[in-house]
Amino acid sequence: MAKVFIYPATSLILSDLVARYGHTPLSSATSIRERIQTAGIESVPLQITPEEPKKGLRWAAVEVPSGVRGRMALYGPMIEACDAAIVIDDADLAFGCMGCARTNELVKYLIREKKVPRLDLTYPKSEEEGVRFVAAIRRFLDGLGGKP
Amino acid sequence: MTGYTPQHAGTKTKYIVVESPTVTPSELAIHAYEISQGVMIKETCFGLAVNGQEDEVERLVEKLRAFDPDHIFVKDRGFVPGDPRRCRSSLGGARPGFHGIEFETTVLPYVSHGLSELHALDPGSVPPPAGPAGEKRLDIYTLKKLIQALEP
Repeated sequence: MAKVFIYPATSLILSDLVARYGHTPLSSATSIRERIQTAGIESVPLQITPEEPKKGLRWAAVEVPSGVRGRMALYGPMIEACDAAIVIDDADLAFGCMGCARTNELVKYLIREKKVPRLDLTYPKSEEEGVRFVAAIRRFLDGLGGKP
Repeated sequence: MTGYTPQHAGTKTKYIVVESPTVTPSELAIHAYEISQGVMIKETCFGLAVNGQEDEVERLVEKLRAFDPDHIFVKDRGFVPGDPRRCRSSLGGARPGFHGIEFETTVLPYVSHGLSELHALDPGSVPPPAGPAGEKRLDIYTLKKLIQALEP
C-alpha cells in the first residue's frame, strides 16, 4: 500500500479513487485533523499557530510570505512522506479556499523534484474522457503495488 | 491566549458524497442509522458526514458504498460534523470546503461512467487521456529576436 499525495489536496475524486484502489491518499484533511485533535494553544479556525510558518522554513525561504510557509507546514511533510503523486493540472478549485497560487506552484515543484512516480491529468469533460481518466489512475495505482 | 482541548480526539471523520440516480442522501442516512453502532452521522445536501472510531467508520463506509459503488464517493474530513469553526449554522454562507465538492460534483458523472465501464474493460486496453497541454513557454530564439527588435 503506497502513500499517494493528491493535488488538489482537497480533491474528493482523487481521494476516493486512491483509497478505492487500495492505497493511502495524503490529503489536507489528514494534516488538518492532526492539528484539530492535538491539544495546545487555541488558534481558530484551523489551529494553525505561529509555529507553523517556522516549520514551513524547511521548504520555503524566510522572505517567502508567512501564508505560504504556514501552508507548507501542512503539505511539506506529506510531500516528504509520499511514495507517488497524482496531480490534476487544471484544478481551479485549488486556488482560493485551499491555498494561494504560490503555495500551489511550490507544491508542484517539490513533487517534480522528489522524482517519485507522478501522474499528471486534467479533469474529464465527457464520458469518454471519464473512462480514460479512471483507467489511467487505476493503471498508475496498480503499478505501485499493493492490493488491487 | 487560551488553551485548546480537542473534542472527539482520536476519531476519524469522512464525507460520503452521493451522486446516484437510485440512492438519495436521506435513504443512505436511514441505512447508516440502522448499522451505525455509535458512529455519529450527519445528513447533508450532498450525502453524509460520519464520525467515530477509525475501524467503525471504515466498516460503515464500506457497507454504505456497497449500495451503489460507482456513484458513492468518500473522502476524509479534518473537522468533526457540526464543528462551530466550520459549520455553516454558526458561520453563515457555504462552508469553505463546499465549493470544491460543488465543482467536483459536476465531474462525478463522468468518473462514475468510467468506473462502471471499467468493470467490463481491461484498463490496459484503454488509451491514455490527452493529459495537460502544459504551458507554452517563450523559446530563447524568439526572446533574442524581441530584444534585438527593441534595441535601436
